[in-house]
Amino acid sequence: MKQENTIMENQNFRPLDLRKKIRPGESIIQSLLFVSGVLSIFITVAIVYELGKEALLFFNNPDVTFAKFFGTTRWQPGVGLFGIWPLVTSTLITSAIAIFVSLPLGLATALFLSEYASPKARSVLKPILEILAGIPTVVYGYFALLFMTPLLQKIFGEGVEVYNMASAGIVMGIMILPLISSMSEDALSAVPRALREGAYAMGATKFETSLQVVLPAALSGIGAALIIGISRAVGETMIVAVAAGAGPNFTFNPFQAAETMTGHIARISGGDLSYNTIDYTSLFAIALMLFLVTLILNLVSQTIINKFRQRYE
Amino acid sequence: MQNIQSPEYAIETKNLFIFYGSFAAVSEVNMKIEKQKITAIIGPSGCGKSTLLRAFNRMNDFVPSSYVTGEILLHGQNLYGKDIDPVEVRRKIGMVFQKPNPFPKSIYENITWGARINGFKGNMDELVEQSLRGAALWDEVKDKLRKSAYELSGGQQQRLCIARTIAIQPDIILMDEPASALDPISTLRIEELMQELKKNYTIIIVTHNMQQAARVSDYTAMMMLEKDGSRSGTVIEFSETKRIFTNPKDKRTEDYVTGRFG
Repeated sequence: MKQENTIMENQNFRPLDLRKKIRPGESIIQSLLFVSGVLSIFITVAIVYELGKEALLFFNNPDVTFAKFFGTTRWQPGVGLFGIWPLVTSTLITSAIAIFVSLPLGLATALFLSEYASPKARSVLKPILEILAGIPTVVYGYFALLFMTPLLQKIFGEGVEVYNMASAGIVMGIMILPLISSMSEDALSAVPRALREGAYAMGATKFETSLQVVLPAALSGIGAALIIGISRAVGETMIVAVAAGAGPNFTFNPFQAAETMTGHIARISGGDLSYNTIDYTSLFAIALMLFLVTLILNLVSQTIINKFRQRYE
Repeated sequence: MQNIQSPEYAIETKNLFIFYGSFAAVSEVNMKIEKQKITAIIGPSGCGKSTLLRAFNRMNDFVPSSYVTGEILLHGQNLYGKDIDPVEVRRKIGMVFQKPNPFPKSIYENITWGARINGFKGNMDELVEQSLRGAALWDEVKDKLRKSAYELSGGQQQRLCIARTIAIQPDIILMDEPASALDPISTLRIEELMQELKKNYTIIIVTHNMQQAARVSDYTAMMMLEKDGSRSGTVIEFSETKRIFTNPKDKRTEDYVTGRFG
Protein backbone atom coordinates (compact mmCIF):
# COMPACT_ATOMS: atom_id res chain seq x y z
CA MET A 1 0.00 0.00 0.00
CA LYS A 2 2.72 2.43 1.06
CA GLN A 3 4.85 1.42 -1.89
CA GLU A 4 2.02 2.22 -4.30
CA ASN A 5 1.55 5.67 -2.82
CA THR A 6 5.16 6.60 -3.38
CA ILE A 7 4.99 5.51 -6.97
CA MET A 8 1.85 7.57 -7.59
CA GLU A 9 3.46 10.63 -6.06
CA ASN A 10 6.42 10.29 -8.32
CA GLN A 11 4.21 10.17 -11.35
CA ASN A 12 1.98 13.11 -10.51
CA PHE A 13 4.28 15.65 -8.88
CA ARG A 14 7.53 17.24 -9.94
CA PRO A 15 10.51 15.32 -8.63
CA LEU A 16 11.51 16.19 -5.09
CA ASP A 17 14.16 18.90 -4.95
CA LEU A 18 14.70 20.70 -1.66
CA ARG A 19 16.99 23.46 -2.96
CA LYS A 20 15.86 27.08 -3.02
CA LYS A 21 13.95 28.10 -6.12
CA ILE A 22 13.28 31.38 -7.80
CA ARG A 23 9.56 31.98 -8.15
CA PRO A 24 9.08 34.91 -10.55
CA GLY A 25 5.30 35.15 -9.99
CA GLU A 26 5.77 35.65 -6.26
CA SER A 27 8.40 38.35 -6.69
CA ILE A 28 6.36 40.28 -9.26
CA ILE A 29 3.26 40.30 -7.09
CA GLN A 30 5.31 41.30 -4.08
CA SER A 31 6.90 44.25 -5.88
CA LEU A 32 3.54 45.38 -7.32
CA LEU A 33 2.01 45.39 -3.85
CA PHE A 34 5.01 47.26 -2.51
CA VAL A 35 4.80 49.89 -5.26
CA SER A 36 1.11 50.55 -4.65
CA GLY A 37 1.77 50.88 -0.94
CA VAL A 38 4.58 53.35 -1.54
CA LEU A 39 2.51 55.26 -4.08
CA SER A 40 -0.28 56.04 -1.63
CA ILE A 41 2.24 57.21 0.95
CA PHE A 42 3.97 59.31 -1.68
CA ILE A 43 0.73 60.99 -2.76
CA THR A 44 -0.10 61.90 0.84
CA VAL A 45 3.36 63.30 1.40
CA ALA A 46 3.19 65.25 -1.86
CA ILE A 47 -0.13 66.84 -0.90
CA VAL A 48 1.16 67.86 2.50
CA TYR A 49 4.32 69.23 0.89
CA GLU A 50 2.39 71.31 -1.63
CA LEU A 51 0.04 72.62 1.07
CA GLY A 52 2.94 73.43 3.34
CA LYS A 53 4.94 75.16 0.63
CA GLU A 54 2.16 77.52 -0.39
CA ALA A 55 1.04 78.06 3.19
CA LEU A 56 4.60 79.04 4.01
CA LEU A 57 4.38 81.77 1.38
CA PHE A 58 1.29 83.02 3.15
CA PHE A 59 2.90 83.05 6.58
CA ASN A 60 6.05 84.64 5.16
CA ASN A 61 4.00 87.66 4.12
CA PRO A 62 5.03 90.53 6.43
CA ASP A 63 1.38 91.42 7.09
CA VAL A 64 0.61 87.95 8.43
CA THR A 65 1.57 86.96 11.95
CA PHE A 66 0.60 83.91 14.00
CA ALA A 67 -0.82 86.30 16.55
CA LYS A 68 -3.18 87.71 13.96
CA PHE A 69 -3.94 84.29 12.50
CA PHE A 70 -4.92 82.68 15.78
CA GLY A 71 -5.63 85.77 17.83
CA THR A 72 -8.22 87.68 15.83
CA THR A 73 -11.67 86.77 14.64
CA ARG A 74 -12.09 88.43 11.25
CA TRP A 75 -11.01 86.85 7.99
CA GLN A 76 -10.62 89.08 4.96
CA PRO A 77 -7.13 88.67 3.53
CA GLY A 78 -7.76 91.31 0.85
CA VAL A 79 -7.88 94.04 3.47
CA GLY A 80 -5.34 92.59 5.87
CA LEU A 81 -7.64 90.73 8.25
CA PHE A 82 -6.19 87.29 8.91
CA GLY A 83 -8.14 85.80 11.85
CA ILE A 84 -8.86 82.15 10.99
CA TRP A 85 -11.41 81.56 13.77
CA PRO A 86 -14.67 82.42 11.98
CA LEU A 87 -13.91 79.70 9.43
CA VAL A 88 -12.84 77.19 12.08
CA THR A 89 -15.79 77.72 14.41
CA SER A 90 -18.34 77.39 11.63
CA THR A 91 -16.64 74.19 10.48
CA LEU A 92 -16.70 72.84 14.02
CA ILE A 93 -20.31 73.89 14.60
CA THR A 94 -21.68 72.36 11.39
CA SER A 95 -19.66 69.18 11.99
CA ALA A 96 -20.78 68.95 15.60
CA ILE A 97 -24.41 69.30 14.53
CA ALA A 98 -23.87 66.62 11.88
CA ILE A 99 -22.35 64.19 14.39
CA PHE A 100 -25.01 65.05 16.94
CA VAL A 101 -27.63 64.01 14.38
CA SER A 102 -25.90 61.04 12.80
CA LEU A 103 -24.24 59.28 15.73
CA PRO A 104 -27.34 58.50 17.83
CA LEU A 105 -29.48 57.83 14.78
CA GLY A 106 -26.78 55.77 13.12
CA LEU A 107 -26.13 53.74 16.25
CA ALA A 108 -29.82 53.12 16.81
CA THR A 109 -30.18 52.02 13.20
CA ALA A 110 -27.15 49.75 13.50
CA LEU A 111 -28.41 48.20 16.74
CA PHE A 112 -31.79 47.62 15.19
CA LEU A 113 -30.33 46.05 12.07
CA SER A 114 -27.84 43.81 13.83
CA GLU A 115 -29.77 42.82 16.97
CA TYR A 116 -33.46 43.18 16.36
CA ALA A 117 -34.38 43.18 12.67
CA SER A 118 -35.64 40.02 11.07
CA PRO A 119 -33.68 38.99 7.98
CA LYS A 120 -36.60 40.30 5.93
CA ALA A 121 -36.66 43.75 7.51
CA ARG A 122 -32.89 43.90 7.07
CA SER A 123 -33.07 43.09 3.40
CA VAL A 124 -35.45 46.01 2.89
CA LEU A 125 -33.79 48.56 5.17
CA LYS A 126 -30.17 48.16 4.16
CA PRO A 127 -30.64 48.97 0.46
CA ILE A 128 -32.67 52.06 1.41
CA LEU A 129 -29.81 53.27 3.58
CA GLU A 130 -27.42 52.62 0.76
CA ILE A 131 -29.52 54.77 -1.54
CA LEU A 132 -29.14 57.57 1.00
CA ALA A 133 -25.39 57.15 0.65
CA GLY A 134 -25.63 57.44 -3.12
CA ILE A 135 -27.31 60.86 -3.27
CA PRO A 136 -24.96 63.55 -4.66
CA THR A 137 -24.02 66.12 -2.04
CA VAL A 138 -25.20 69.04 -4.17
CA VAL A 139 -28.69 67.58 -3.94
CA TYR A 140 -28.29 67.43 -0.18
CA GLY A 141 -27.21 71.08 -0.31
CA TYR A 142 -30.42 72.19 -1.98
CA PHE A 143 -32.38 69.88 0.31
CA ALA A 144 -30.88 71.84 3.22
CA LEU A 145 -31.58 75.19 1.65
CA LEU A 146 -35.07 74.54 0.30
CA PHE A 147 -36.46 72.06 2.80
CA MET A 148 -34.54 72.08 6.06
CA THR A 149 -34.20 75.87 6.38
CA PRO A 150 -37.92 76.58 5.88
CA LEU A 151 -38.66 73.79 8.35
CA LEU A 152 -36.31 75.31 10.93
CA GLN A 153 -37.86 78.72 10.29
CA LYS A 154 -41.29 77.25 10.95
CA ILE A 155 -40.11 75.72 14.21
CA PHE A 156 -37.74 78.39 15.54
CA GLY A 157 -39.22 81.49 13.91
CA GLU A 158 -37.65 84.43 12.19
CA GLY A 159 -34.32 84.16 13.99
CA VAL A 160 -33.32 81.51 11.46
CA GLU A 161 -31.51 83.09 8.54
CA VAL A 162 -31.95 81.84 4.98
CA TYR A 163 -28.40 80.59 4.98
CA ASN A 164 -27.55 79.01 8.31
CA MET A 165 -25.22 76.46 9.87
CA ALA A 166 -27.98 74.41 11.51
CA SER A 167 -29.71 73.28 8.35
CA ALA A 168 -26.40 72.50 6.66
CA GLY A 169 -25.25 70.56 9.74
CA ILE A 170 -28.46 68.56 10.09
CA VAL A 171 -28.46 67.59 6.42
CA MET A 172 -24.78 66.73 6.62
CA GLY A 173 -25.75 64.44 9.50
CA ILE A 174 -28.31 62.75 7.26
CA MET A 175 -25.63 62.37 4.61
CA ILE A 176 -23.18 60.57 6.91
CA LEU A 177 -25.90 58.54 8.63
CA PRO A 178 -25.59 55.57 6.26
CA LEU A 179 -21.83 55.56 6.69
CA ILE A 180 -22.05 55.50 10.48
CA SER A 181 -24.87 52.99 10.61
CA SER A 182 -23.37 50.55 8.16
CA MET A 183 -19.89 50.64 9.70
CA SER A 184 -21.36 50.34 13.20
CA GLU A 185 -23.54 47.46 12.10
CA ASP A 186 -20.50 45.62 10.79
CA ALA A 187 -18.81 46.16 14.15
CA LEU A 188 -21.86 44.95 16.08
CA SER A 189 -22.33 41.90 13.87
CA ALA A 190 -18.67 40.99 14.36
CA VAL A 191 -19.19 40.57 18.11
CA PRO A 192 -19.12 36.79 18.68
CA ARG A 193 -22.45 35.09 19.25
CA ALA A 194 -20.94 33.44 22.32
CA LEU A 195 -20.93 36.79 24.14
CA ARG A 196 -24.61 37.31 23.46
CA GLU A 197 -25.40 33.77 24.57
CA GLY A 198 -23.40 34.32 27.73
CA ALA A 199 -25.46 37.39 28.51
CA TYR A 200 -28.80 35.75 27.71
CA ALA A 201 -27.85 32.77 29.85
CA MET A 202 -27.49 35.15 32.81
CA GLY A 203 -31.10 36.23 32.48
CA ALA A 204 -30.38 39.36 30.47
CA THR A 205 -33.04 40.83 28.24
CA LYS A 206 -32.34 41.58 24.61
CA PHE A 207 -31.98 45.28 25.35
CA GLU A 208 -29.57 44.71 28.24
CA THR A 209 -27.54 42.36 26.10
CA SER A 210 -27.27 44.65 23.10
CA LEU A 211 -26.65 47.83 25.06
CA GLN A 212 -24.38 46.57 27.83
CA VAL A 213 -22.53 43.66 26.25
CA VAL A 214 -22.61 43.88 22.46
CA LEU A 215 -22.29 47.65 22.10
CA PRO A 216 -19.26 48.08 24.39
CA ALA A 217 -17.56 45.13 22.72
CA ALA A 218 -18.07 46.77 19.32
CA LEU A 219 -16.86 50.16 20.47
CA SER A 220 -13.61 50.18 18.57
CA GLY A 221 -15.39 49.59 15.27
CA ILE A 222 -18.01 52.18 16.14
CA GLY A 223 -15.17 54.56 16.97
CA ALA A 224 -13.73 54.04 13.52
CA ALA A 225 -17.14 54.87 12.07
CA LEU A 226 -17.29 58.01 14.18
CA ILE A 227 -13.84 59.12 13.07
CA ILE A 228 -14.63 58.65 9.40
CA GLY A 229 -17.93 60.42 9.99
CA ILE A 230 -16.17 63.40 11.56
CA SER A 231 -13.67 63.54 8.73
CA ARG A 232 -16.46 63.47 6.19
CA ALA A 233 -18.31 66.25 8.01
CA VAL A 234 -15.29 68.48 8.44
CA GLY A 235 -14.27 68.02 4.82
CA GLU A 236 -17.77 68.22 3.33
CA THR A 237 -17.95 71.14 0.94
CA MET A 238 -20.99 71.21 -1.29
CA ILE A 239 -23.70 71.17 1.37
CA VAL A 240 -22.12 73.98 3.38
CA ALA A 241 -21.27 75.95 0.25
CA VAL A 242 -24.91 75.86 -0.82
CA ALA A 243 -26.67 76.18 2.52
CA ALA A 244 -24.43 77.49 5.30
CA GLY A 245 -23.68 80.93 3.98
CA ALA A 246 -21.16 82.79 1.83
CA GLY A 247 -18.97 84.94 4.01
CA PRO A 248 -16.89 84.35 7.14
CA ASN A 249 -18.87 85.18 10.23
CA PHE A 250 -17.63 84.67 13.78
CA THR A 251 -20.70 83.42 15.57
CA PHE A 252 -21.80 80.59 17.78
CA ASN A 253 -25.45 80.92 16.83
CA PRO A 254 -26.22 77.95 14.55
CA PHE A 255 -29.16 79.81 13.02
CA GLN A 256 -26.88 82.42 11.49
CA ALA A 257 -25.02 82.21 8.22
CA ALA A 258 -21.33 81.46 8.47
CA GLU A 259 -18.88 80.15 5.93
CA THR A 260 -16.84 77.05 6.73
CA MET A 261 -13.23 76.47 5.73
CA THR A 262 -14.22 74.19 2.88
CA GLY A 263 -17.01 76.49 1.73
CA HIS A 264 -14.64 79.43 1.73
CA ILE A 265 -11.99 77.60 -0.29
CA ALA A 266 -14.60 76.51 -2.82
CA ARG A 267 -16.04 80.00 -3.22
CA ILE A 268 -12.74 81.90 -3.40
CA SER A 269 -10.98 79.46 -5.70
CA GLY A 270 -14.01 79.59 -8.00
CA GLY A 271 -13.51 83.31 -8.67
CA ASP A 272 -10.71 84.96 -10.63
CA LEU A 273 -7.73 84.71 -8.40
CA SER A 274 -4.28 85.69 -9.51
CA TYR A 275 -1.33 83.54 -8.62
CA ASN A 276 0.77 84.52 -5.61
CA THR A 277 -1.63 87.10 -4.25
CA ILE A 278 -2.37 86.95 -0.55
CA ASP A 279 -5.86 85.68 -1.33
CA TYR A 280 -4.37 82.80 -3.26
CA THR A 281 -1.82 81.68 -0.68
CA SER A 282 -4.33 82.14 2.13
CA LEU A 283 -6.35 79.27 0.67
CA PHE A 284 -3.45 76.93 1.30
CA ALA A 285 -3.18 78.13 4.85
CA ILE A 286 -6.87 77.33 5.34
CA ALA A 287 -6.40 73.93 3.73
CA LEU A 288 -3.50 73.19 6.04
CA MET A 289 -5.62 74.27 8.98
CA LEU A 290 -8.42 71.98 7.78
CA PHE A 291 -5.92 69.16 7.68
CA LEU A 292 -4.84 69.91 11.23
CA VAL A 293 -8.40 70.18 12.55
CA THR A 294 -9.27 66.79 11.04
CA LEU A 295 -6.12 65.27 12.45
CA ILE A 296 -6.73 66.64 15.94
CA LEU A 297 -10.36 65.52 15.97
CA ASN A 298 -9.30 62.05 14.85
CA LEU A 299 -6.67 61.80 17.56
CA VAL A 300 -9.07 63.02 20.23
CA SER A 301 -11.81 60.57 19.27
CA GLN A 302 -9.30 57.74 19.02
CA THR A 303 -8.11 58.48 22.55
CA ILE A 304 -11.64 58.60 23.91
CA ILE A 305 -12.55 55.35 22.19
CA ASN A 306 -9.45 53.58 23.47
CA LYS A 307 -10.40 54.55 26.98
CA PHE A 308 -13.80 52.92 26.79
CA ARG A 309 -13.33 50.05 24.40
CA GLN A 310 -13.63 46.50 25.63
CA ARG A 311 -11.33 44.13 23.88
CA TYR A 312 -12.50 40.61 23.15
CA GLU A 313 -10.26 37.97 21.63
CA MET B 1 -46.82 27.46 43.51
CA GLN B 2 -43.52 25.92 44.51
CA ASN B 3 -42.64 22.27 44.89
CA ILE B 4 -45.74 20.75 43.44
CA GLN B 5 -43.56 18.13 41.81
CA SER B 6 -41.77 15.62 43.98
CA PRO B 7 -39.27 17.63 45.99
CA GLU B 8 -36.22 15.50 45.31
CA TYR B 9 -36.28 16.40 41.63
CA ALA B 10 -34.85 19.67 40.37
CA ILE B 11 -36.26 19.48 36.90
CA GLU B 12 -38.31 17.02 34.95
CA THR B 13 -39.11 16.50 31.29
CA LYS B 14 -42.35 14.94 30.11
CA ASN B 15 -42.63 13.57 26.62
CA LEU B 16 -40.30 16.28 25.36
CA PHE B 17 -39.76 16.75 21.62
CA ILE B 18 -37.54 19.50 20.21
CA PHE B 19 -38.11 20.54 16.62
CA TYR B 20 -36.19 22.60 14.11
CA GLY B 21 -38.91 23.35 11.61
CA SER B 22 -40.47 19.99 10.83
CA PHE B 23 -37.38 18.06 11.92
CA ALA B 24 -37.51 16.55 15.38
CA ALA B 25 -33.92 16.91 16.58
CA VAL B 26 -34.75 15.33 19.91
CA SER B 27 -37.72 13.13 20.53
CA GLU B 28 -39.58 11.69 23.44
CA VAL B 29 -37.39 12.50 26.39
CA ASN B 30 -38.67 11.68 29.85
CA MET B 31 -36.18 12.46 32.56
CA LYS B 32 -36.37 13.28 36.23
CA ILE B 33 -33.23 15.02 37.29
CA GLU B 34 -32.35 14.86 40.95
CA LYS B 35 -31.49 17.86 43.06
CA GLN B 36 -27.89 18.48 44.02
CA LYS B 37 -26.60 15.74 41.82
CA ILE B 38 -24.57 15.81 38.65
CA THR B 39 -26.34 14.39 35.65
CA ALA B 40 -24.26 13.74 32.55
CA ILE B 41 -25.64 13.54 29.03
CA ILE B 42 -23.42 11.46 26.79
CA GLY B 43 -23.68 10.12 23.27
CA PRO B 44 -22.16 10.36 19.82
CA SER B 45 -21.87 13.64 17.91
CA GLY B 46 -25.06 15.00 16.41
CA CYS B 47 -27.44 13.06 18.60
CA GLY B 48 -28.97 16.16 20.15
CA LYS B 49 -27.16 16.38 23.51
CA SER B 50 -26.59 20.14 23.30
CA THR B 51 -30.05 20.72 21.86
CA LEU B 52 -31.57 18.92 24.82
CA LEU B 53 -29.39 20.85 27.27
CA ARG B 54 -30.28 24.17 25.68
CA ALA B 55 -33.95 23.34 25.95
CA PHE B 56 -33.63 23.46 29.73
CA ASN B 57 -32.95 27.21 29.79
CA ARG B 58 -34.76 28.07 26.57
CA MET B 59 -31.59 28.95 24.70
CA ASN B 60 -33.05 27.21 21.67
CA ASP B 61 -35.50 30.11 21.45
CA PHE B 62 -32.79 31.99 19.57
CA VAL B 63 -32.85 29.46 16.76
CA PRO B 64 -35.59 30.61 14.42
CA SER B 65 -38.15 27.89 13.65
CA SER B 66 -37.28 25.87 16.74
CA TYR B 67 -40.08 24.78 19.04
CA VAL B 68 -40.85 22.28 21.70
CA THR B 69 -43.71 19.94 22.48
CA GLY B 70 -44.17 18.23 25.82
CA GLU B 71 -43.13 19.77 29.10
CA ILE B 72 -40.13 20.69 31.15
CA LEU B 73 -41.13 21.20 34.75
CA LEU B 74 -39.28 23.41 37.20
CA HIS B 75 -40.99 23.78 40.58
CA GLY B 76 -44.05 22.32 38.94
CA GLN B 77 -44.21 25.03 36.28
CA ASN B 78 -43.88 24.14 32.64
CA LEU B 79 -40.96 26.19 31.27
CA TYR B 80 -42.65 26.24 27.89
CA GLY B 81 -45.99 27.35 29.24
CA LYS B 82 -47.66 30.32 27.55
CA ASP B 83 -47.14 32.78 30.39
CA ILE B 84 -43.50 31.88 31.10
CA ASP B 85 -40.83 34.55 30.60
CA PRO B 86 -37.66 32.94 29.20
CA VAL B 87 -35.57 35.70 30.79
CA GLU B 88 -36.75 34.61 34.24
CA VAL B 89 -36.15 30.97 33.36
CA ARG B 90 -32.52 31.68 32.48
CA ARG B 91 -32.00 33.48 35.74
CA LYS B 92 -32.91 30.29 37.60
CA ILE B 93 -31.11 27.96 35.20
CA GLY B 94 -27.61 29.18 34.46
CA MET B 95 -25.31 27.93 31.74
CA VAL B 96 -21.60 27.43 31.18
CA PHE B 97 -20.55 27.08 27.56
CA GLN B 98 -18.06 24.97 25.70
CA LYS B 99 -15.67 27.83 25.00
CA PRO B 100 -15.12 30.23 27.89
CA ASN B 101 -17.04 33.40 27.02
CA PRO B 102 -16.38 36.00 29.70
CA PHE B 103 -17.62 39.48 28.91
CA PRO B 104 -14.95 41.89 27.67
CA LYS B 105 -15.13 43.69 30.98
CA SER B 106 -13.07 43.49 34.15
CA ILE B 107 -13.11 40.34 36.26
CA TYR B 108 -15.10 42.27 38.88
CA GLU B 109 -17.70 43.49 36.40
CA ASN B 110 -18.06 40.02 34.93
CA ILE B 111 -19.48 38.94 38.28
CA THR B 112 -21.47 42.05 39.10
CA TRP B 113 -23.10 42.56 35.71
CA GLY B 114 -25.44 39.58 35.97
CA ALA B 115 -26.24 40.39 39.57
CA ARG B 116 -27.02 44.00 38.74
CA ILE B 117 -29.35 43.27 35.82
CA ASN B 118 -31.14 40.77 38.04
CA GLY B 119 -31.78 43.39 40.69
CA PHE B 120 -29.17 42.41 43.28
CA LYS B 121 -29.16 44.99 46.06
CA GLY B 122 -26.57 43.61 48.48
CA ASN B 123 -22.88 44.24 48.86
CA MET B 124 -21.17 43.80 45.50
CA ASP B 125 -17.66 43.30 46.92
CA GLU B 126 -18.92 40.48 49.08
CA LEU B 127 -20.78 38.92 46.20
CA VAL B 128 -17.68 39.03 44.01
CA GLU B 129 -15.53 37.41 46.66
CA GLN B 130 -18.12 34.75 47.46
CA SER B 131 -18.70 33.86 43.84
CA LEU B 132 -15.01 33.74 43.00
CA ARG B 133 -14.34 31.59 46.06
CA GLY B 134 -17.24 29.38 45.04
CA ALA B 135 -15.58 28.90 41.67
CA ALA B 136 -12.15 28.28 43.24
CA LEU B 137 -10.73 31.31 41.52
CA TRP B 138 -10.48 33.90 44.28
CA ASP B 139 -6.87 33.31 45.31
CA GLU B 140 -5.67 33.57 41.73
CA VAL B 141 -7.46 36.82 40.87
CA LYS B 142 -8.04 38.70 44.12
CA ASP B 143 -5.25 41.16 43.31
CA LYS B 144 -6.37 41.90 39.78
CA LEU B 145 -10.12 42.20 39.96
CA ARG B 146 -10.06 45.35 37.81
CA LYS B 147 -8.08 43.69 35.04
CA SER B 148 -9.81 42.48 31.90
CA ALA B 149 -11.18 38.96 32.07
CA TYR B 150 -9.29 38.27 28.86
CA GLU B 151 -6.00 38.40 30.69
CA LEU B 152 -6.87 35.12 32.38
CA SER B 153 -5.97 31.69 31.04
CA GLY B 154 -8.65 29.58 29.37
CA GLY B 155 -9.21 27.48 32.48
CA GLN B 156 -9.44 30.58 34.68
CA GLN B 157 -11.86 32.17 32.21
CA GLN B 158 -14.06 29.10 32.41
CA ARG B 159 -14.06 29.24 36.21
CA LEU B 160 -14.90 32.95 35.95
CA CYS B 161 -17.88 31.98 33.81
CA ILE B 162 -18.91 29.54 36.53
CA ALA B 163 -18.41 32.28 39.14
CA ARG B 164 -20.61 34.75 37.30
CA THR B 165 -23.25 32.04 36.96
CA ILE B 166 -23.32 31.23 40.67
CA ALA B 167 -23.35 34.95 41.46
CA ILE B 168 -26.98 35.10 40.36
CA GLN B 169 -27.81 32.05 42.48
CA PRO B 170 -29.53 29.79 40.01
CA ASP B 171 -31.07 26.46 41.00
CA ILE B 172 -29.52 24.55 38.17
CA ILE B 173 -26.28 24.97 36.23
CA LEU B 174 -26.13 23.61 32.70
CA MET B 175 -22.68 22.84 31.36
CA ASP B 176 -22.13 22.26 27.66
CA GLU B 177 -18.81 20.41 27.41
CA PRO B 178 -17.28 22.90 29.82
CA ALA B 179 -13.80 21.39 29.69
CA SER B 180 -13.45 20.37 26.07
CA ALA B 181 -11.46 23.50 25.19
CA LEU B 182 -9.19 23.19 28.21
CA ASP B 183 -5.95 21.40 29.00
CA PRO B 184 -5.99 18.32 31.30
CA ILE B 185 -5.02 20.24 34.46
CA SER B 186 -7.68 22.89 33.95
CA THR B 187 -10.13 20.11 33.19
CA LEU B 188 -9.29 18.44 36.46
CA ARG B 189 -9.86 21.68 38.36
CA ILE B 190 -13.26 22.14 36.74
CA GLU B 191 -14.18 18.58 37.63
CA GLU B 192 -13.14 19.10 41.25
CA LEU B 193 -15.10 22.31 41.29
CA MET B 194 -18.20 20.50 40.09
CA GLN B 195 -18.03 18.21 43.12
CA GLU B 196 -18.02 21.30 45.34
CA LEU B 197 -20.82 22.96 43.39
CA LYS B 198 -23.20 20.06 43.65
CA LYS B 199 -23.51 20.68 47.38
CA ASN B 200 -25.61 23.70 46.45
CA TYR B 201 -26.63 23.29 42.86
CA THR B 202 -28.04 20.76 40.49
CA ILE B 203 -25.71 20.27 37.56
CA ILE B 204 -26.47 18.90 34.13
CA ILE B 205 -23.42 18.41 31.95
CA VAL B 206 -23.05 17.42 28.33
CA THR B 207 -19.77 15.73 27.62
CA HIS B 208 -18.07 13.92 24.80
CA ASN B 209 -15.66 12.46 27.22
CA MET B 210 -16.94 9.22 28.70
CA GLN B 211 -14.21 9.06 31.32
CA GLN B 212 -15.31 12.49 32.46
CA ALA B 213 -18.91 11.40 32.73
CA ALA B 214 -17.82 8.33 34.69
CA ARG B 215 -15.62 10.41 37.00
CA VAL B 216 -17.92 13.29 37.83
CA SER B 217 -21.53 12.34 37.42
CA ASP B 218 -24.06 10.63 39.65
CA TYR B 219 -26.52 9.93 36.86
CA THR B 220 -25.95 9.47 33.16
CA ALA B 221 -28.30 9.82 30.25
CA MET B 222 -27.22 7.99 27.14
CA MET B 223 -28.43 9.62 23.94
CA MET B 224 -28.47 8.01 20.52
CA LEU B 225 -30.13 8.56 17.19
CA GLU B 226 -33.39 6.69 16.84
CA LYS B 227 -33.14 3.35 15.12
CA ASP B 228 -35.82 4.26 12.60
CA GLY B 229 -33.45 6.37 10.50
CA SER B 230 -35.24 9.66 11.27
CA ARG B 231 -31.96 11.29 12.47
CA SER B 232 -33.78 12.20 15.63
CA GLY B 233 -31.94 11.82 18.92
CA THR B 234 -33.39 10.42 22.06
CA VAL B 235 -32.37 9.25 25.52
CA ILE B 236 -32.06 5.51 25.24
CA GLU B 237 -30.97 4.87 28.78
CA PHE B 238 -30.95 6.97 31.93
CA SER B 239 -29.82 5.69 35.29
CA GLU B 240 -27.05 5.82 37.85
CA THR B 241 -23.69 6.42 36.26
CA LYS B 242 -22.20 3.31 37.85
CA ARG B 243 -24.84 1.23 36.24
CA ILE B 244 -24.52 2.81 32.80
CA PHE B 245 -20.82 2.08 32.78
CA THR B 246 -20.80 -1.37 34.38
CA ASN B 247 -24.12 -2.96 33.67
CA PRO B 248 -26.06 -1.13 30.98
CA LYS B 249 -29.40 -2.48 29.93
CA ASP B 250 -29.19 -1.39 26.33
CA LYS B 251 -26.78 -3.10 24.00
CA ARG B 252 -26.06 0.23 22.22
CA THR B 253 -25.07 1.86 25.51
CA GLU B 254 -22.72 -0.97 26.24
CA ASP B 255 -21.13 -0.70 22.79
CA TYR B 256 -20.70 3.03 23.19
CA VAL B 257 -19.24 3.12 26.68
CA THR B 258 -16.88 0.28 25.96
CA GLY B 259 -15.67 2.01 22.81
CA ARG B 260 -17.09 -0.52 20.40
CA PHE B 261 -19.49 1.97 18.94
CA GLY B 262 -19.71 2.67 15.26
